[in-house]
Amino acid sequence: MSSSGPKLPPPALLVLADGSVYRGSAFGAQSVQAGEVCFNTSITGYQEILTDPSYAGQIVVMTYTQIGNVGVNREDEESRRPFLSGFVVKELHEPSNWRSEESLDAYLKRHGIPGLAGIDTRALVRRIRDGGTQIGVLSTDPAQQDAERLLARAKSAPSLDGRDLAVEVTCDGRFRWDEGRWSGISGQVPRPERPTPAYRVVAIDCGIKRNILRLLVENGFEVTVVPSRTKAEEILKLDPQALFLSNGPGDPAGVEQIRDTVRRLKDELPIFGICLGHQILGLALGGETHKLKFGHHGGNQPGQDLLTKKVAICAENHGYAVDAESLRRAGEPVRITHVNLNDDTVEGLAHETRPIFSVQYHPEASPGPHDASYFFRRFREMVARHVAGEKVSGAQIAEGK
Amino acid sequence: MPRRDDIETILVIGAGPIVIGQACEFDYSGSQGVKALKEEGYRVVLVNSNPATIMTDPEFAHRTYVEPMTVSSVERIIEREKPDVILPTLGGQTALNLTVALSEAGVLERHGVGLIGAQLESIHKAEDRNLFRAAMERIGLKLPRSGYVRNLDDARRVLQVTGLPAIIRPSFTLGGTGGSVAWREEQFEPLVTWALEQSPKHTCLVEQSVIGWKEYELEVMRDAADNVVIICSIENLDPMGVHTGDSITVAPAQTLTDREYQEMRDAAIAIIREIGVDTGGSNIQFAVNPADGAMVVIEMNPRVSRSSALASKATGFPIAKIAAKLAVGYSLDEIRNDITRETPASFEPSIDYVVTKVPRFTFEKFPGVDNELTTQMKSVGEVMAIGRTFKESLQKALRSLEIGHAGLEPPQLPQGEAGTAALWAQIEKPRPGRPWAIAEAIRRGVALDEIQQRSYIDPWFLRNLAQIVEMEQGIAAAKQEADRVAWLRPAKQAGFSDARLAALWGTREDDVRALRWRERVRPVYKRVDTCAAEFEAHTPYLYSTYEDECEAKPTARRKIMILGGGPNRIGQGIEFDYCCVHAAYALREAGFETIMVNCNPETVSTDYDTSDRLYFEPLTLEDLLEIVEKEKPEGVIVQFGGQTPLKLAVPLERAGVPILGTSPDAIDRAEDRERFEALLEELRLERPPAGIARSPEEAERVAERLGYPVLLRPSYVLGGRAMEIVHDVASLRAYMKHAVKASPERPVLVDRFLADATEVDVDAIADGERVVIGGIMEHIEQAGVHSGDSACSLPPYSLPQEVVAEIAEATRRLATALGVRGLMNVQYAVKEGQVYVLEVNPRASRTVPFVSKAIGRPLAKLAARVMAGATLRELGFTEEIWPKHFSVKEAVFPFVKFPGADTLLGPEMKSTGEVMGIDSDFGRAYAKAQIQAGNSLPERGSVLVSVRAEDRAAIGAAVRELADLGFRVLATPGTAADLATRGVRAEIVPKVGLAKGGELDTVQRIQAGDVDLVFNTVASDPAAVRDSASLRRSALLRGVPYFTTAAAVRAGVGAIRALRAGSIGVRSLQEIHGL
Repeated sequence: MSSSGPKLPPPALLVLADGSVYRGSAFGAQSVQAGEVCFNTSITGYQEILTDPSYAGQIVVMTYTQIGNVGVNREDEESRRPFLSGFVVKELHEPSNWRSEESLDAYLKRHGIPGLAGIDTRALVRRIRDGGTQIGVLSTDPAQQDAERLLARAKSAPSLDGRDLAVEVTCDGRFRWDEGRWSGISGQVPRPERPTPAYRVVAIDCGIKRNILRLLVENGFEVTVVPSRTKAEEILKLDPQALFLSNGPGDPAGVEQIRDTVRRLKDELPIFGICLGHQILGLALGGETHKLKFGHHGGNQPGQDLLTKKVAICAENHGYAVDAESLRRAGEPVRITHVNLNDDTVEGLAHETRPIFSVQYHPEASPGPHDASYFFRRFREMVARHVAGEKVSGAQIAEGK
Repeated sequence: MPRRDDIETILVIGAGPIVIGQACEFDYSGSQGVKALKEEGYRVVLVNSNPATIMTDPEFAHRTYVEPMTVSSVERIIEREKPDVILPTLGGQTALNLTVALSEAGVLERHGVGLIGAQLESIHKAEDRNLFRAAMERIGLKLPRSGYVRNLDDARRVLQVTGLPAIIRPSFTLGGTGGSVAWREEQFEPLVTWALEQSPKHTCLVEQSVIGWKEYELEVMRDAADNVVIICSIENLDPMGVHTGDSITVAPAQTLTDREYQEMRDAAIAIIREIGVDTGGSNIQFAVNPADGAMVVIEMNPRVSRSSALASKATGFPIAKIAAKLAVGYSLDEIRNDITRETPASFEPSIDYVVTKVPRFTFEKFPGVDNELTTQMKSVGEVMAIGRTFKESLQKALRSLEIGHAGLEPPQLPQGEAGTAALWAQIEKPRPGRPWAIAEAIRRGVALDEIQQRSYIDPWFLRNLAQIVEMEQGIAAAKQEADRVAWLRPAKQAGFSDARLAALWGTREDDVRALRWRERVRPVYKRVDTCAAEFEAHTPYLYSTYEDECEAKPTARRKIMILGGGPNRIGQGIEFDYCCVHAAYALREAGFETIMVNCNPETVSTDYDTSDRLYFEPLTLEDLLEIVEKEKPEGVIVQFGGQTPLKLAVPLERAGVPILGTSPDAIDRAEDRERFEALLEELRLERPPAGIARSPEEAERVAERLGYPVLLRPSYVLGGRAMEIVHDVASLRAYMKHAVKASPERPVLVDRFLADATEVDVDAIADGERVVIGGIMEHIEQAGVHSGDSACSLPPYSLPQEVVAEIAEATRRLATALGVRGLMNVQYAVKEGQVYVLEVNPRASRTVPFVSKAIGRPLAKLAARVMAGATLRELGFTEEIWPKHFSVKEAVFPFVKFPGADTLLGPEMKSTGEVMGIDSDFGRAYAKAQIQAGNSLPERGSVLVSVRAEDRAAIGAAVRELADLGFRVLATPGTAADLATRGVRAEIVPKVGLAKGGELDTVQRIQAGDVDLVFNTVASDPAAVRDSASLRRSALLRGVPYFTTAAAVRAGVGAIRALRAGSIGVRSLQEIHGL
């Protein structure tokens, strides 16, 4: 044995259900995890991605190669912990940022998430892009580096389809949220004042990101968060003036119970849904959803408002989409307000008669651009007009009428 | 929004000559823009005084004016062409300033010409620091504390607010000209004075220093529908205090969290909206306090810029092309992304690699100039490298620079304390060698914290450098082959070159390559696709890395590979890129697949549209052999990119790579002194007596034999590196001791210097059977001034017909004897009727674009076709063209950027760019060239004359002409006495420092504004040069036209006569050449 070769890092590997194997080095926790492998094209914001509960059940590959550069801090957590199954990067770095409190490596170790570094992430991304999303098994356990055995496990692991993952990530009990938007640095664009009075909104937590809550507060809402399986009657008991449906992981078809809750409430309350919330709304209004080949996960997607023609660069994170045709067939008076210009996926809905609208992408950003934050202002306006007794619809709001 | 139909003709203003701060990136953006507008069916009129640009090729715009970029000249163009609008945002600061001047002179109003891209109000708001500050305050953003200054009283007041150190920024100047940092009280007022002098508006900003803060840039685009996208974020490795053009910069930004980045993005969007840039690209710079994230806005450019060219190359998003389309009404979502084809341009590129740009400096050209990097840009070029990690891209960039580094080698330092001091001097004050100094400090065990505290460089970058050093130590320790093999892949992934590994292992680069090939450690090529692989890329824009999957997918077509010129530097600039681009165009037209290899992000050659395939890679043997292996081209063209690819010709051929055109052996025959002499002997051509010295003693013997003065230079140089004329043995000894180390492998060439000879440059093209002269250029400045720095005239303006014929014949014989296939450049000297051959270069020369524009035939294109097998007969180029008009090329110099640099011309090339004047006679053409070079000749006023004895007869006659034209003559005592003997009465002005009583000396008279023109020639002894340097320097800084050679004085006076004889007209290239 020679002592002058390069030091070998602890091994790790990712095996996809199609048999492809990616060997690299381990970081984070020592563990073996299965998950649906998806990639995210955001250059910044790995911490927000890690802590976005929508990634529950997934192994996330970052396309950008230098990850860990800014460490991890408490302010940037989007939920109480990361829920994803594994994290794959090209090269892991130690932090250098004035807000960093911990290295990414230490953070993932603390939360039991395995990480894989040093692989040709671009090759992996291209495989997913061309072959579609699939299940993979990531092992950082030095004793479990046998690709064949991991492949068998990948093949037998359940897919996300039809599963209720929201229940695994939702809060344990009801709580109030009061924190507003981050204004942590001198020299940033000044924030507008919070409007008054504050309206009571109940947010169904399917895996809600904290920045949604912050923006609701910032736009003049008094926010109560409830667990995903909270019944309609219990929600009504809270005397809300509006309902919010959050983002969350997995297949919208797997959360029938929430869909039913929404069906029960859609004629009672103004509703705004984001991401999974948008899909649930689509289902509640009689539409269907379908799985995308490899989804939209990134911070650079063109979301066009079909009425104003303006394009918002937005953060997206979804593997399923509402089927436009199915909505038309269902006969519910719903209008498609937004599309993704890359592939014309439905990205926004508005009801023609009821105060209901929704968006597939993430107006709360975090990570991602703030271009679409106007959705929260629209929600505020819709609720205010509804509370004032006006018969206002989501479509009217979208049209600026 | 659809295309605007209310406009037909668009006037595009180019950027003029290459200067520091404004290089060929504006040819890249301008040619993209012109092409895009033409595609949209508009009539495009272009004005640009720089002939070495692709955009001024007559087939680009409908009407191309290589004419002065002055208000009066452009007004004439507007009168003739009647454009509806001007697009001012593609031609850098020059175009913006000219547009503002046109508006202020009432030209736009007079002719009803509008602006597209940016309106005047926006230009003012972005450029005028007071208006900019007010705009930023309106949207709640912060700037460093500062104040606007018109005089020293203002400056003292503002200093109270900002404190020291203070940054001084003159308004409306290029590349931060005149900018500086005052660290101490006593520096402050002189620096403010200088800045005020530099500013065309005589105003400057004094600003709180944010030196050491992190520096970022965002490239922003906006369309008329108010959609805004960020194309790229850039983080500077060198923190605030170094001009961004002189900084190592990295894309994307590395050390911002998403929250911080998005706040910066919001600020950028708020800024572009507030400034009101209607459409197109802008560049916005921010500084961030590393301690608490506090963010201030530094500046905004409401136009495409050097950074936007870099951002385009870094992401694959063609900013200038899209900006042109937005300017005529399209919105981003209506434009397709060329690379993915299916997705729209309304998105933000995501990249899955790291891009590093490193500037290239040429301080060695300006002896005595401090190489500290400040807020005034001093670099003359740059390289960009792409790698999957920062370490890989940095190391690729360092070897791309071509400054003798294969990576982060230990710098040469004195022993002991002095070495440590020298090391810190490089780290604390930013200087070009900083990355190597930091690596060395790490090697010596200095803690990263200490380096961070003394350099302010972010720890993230320092840690990456430390990782490279750590690997390097591991690699060096690997003595067994098995260990070395184990290191190959990790080392290559971190960007180590074979040459660097060979140095660490004490072996040869070839051995490392052989080992690596045996072990199959080979690069793969990934695509730059704007989208981090989310969509398929249809454009083969490639970079190498050491990973698993290769996306090169070479085709089975007939293909030719063209090697570019690498970073711009003095002596090798845009002219060579121009030739490479022409080769690509010509060969594509001839049906070949074209493959470009280059690492210069400023160029047209690295536009993914220029060739069929683009490899953005270092131009080293290692990197090229890998590409050749992947692509297997039918031939490689090395003769168009200047010295960079040329010096690779022999090693490439030895490695079995087919070199097209003139054989490497013929190139060697022309370059190797002894073989060249044998050739001349065979052809019975004369050359100045010469010899070769392999030691200082031999140099003395040779010089003694030839007789002084002699011209000394190392073999194999371009741009006159280390070339010097010495007049005695003492200076010869000094040269041999300090300038070069002569050795048997690297001899020094010694030539008899032909004083006062006329130099002639010839470009010719040959196909093996036929030789056709492209152009014969007579230099204005006499021998001794580097050909790149000399003005020249095509056709010759004073040489006798029989001499011109003799030169043409000699050129034909040389090309035939060498078996030239392609281009050849020959330099001659003519003294007392005798023609001497100075040098022969069987390759593209710096003058090819100028000649092509003068004769109206694309020489480089023709040559490329010849190299690929066509004959000149097939191409229809069999006869010399003797144009009826005169074309004058004049050089443009960067002296103003280098405080303390002398403006005297010599054998060492110093110019960065060139301009061209075309007119019916020599005087007018020369006058135009002078105006374009910024030497606005006065038609009346006073001339200050101070000339050496040898020139007095020649200059005396010229001065007399001026006196006859009514000029007032001022002269130093000796010159005045001589002029008196020639019947010219001159007012005597004391030399610098010799004034008595209330008298003003020459410098003071210039500063007082009493002088409109300076003639100054100096004897070659160093003392005389030193004594008169301040005279030339003050003329430069006051913008007074000056001539430093007798020949230029004669031509200048002719030009003044031509100017007085009547106003100067404008003509397009298309009219001149009947196209």
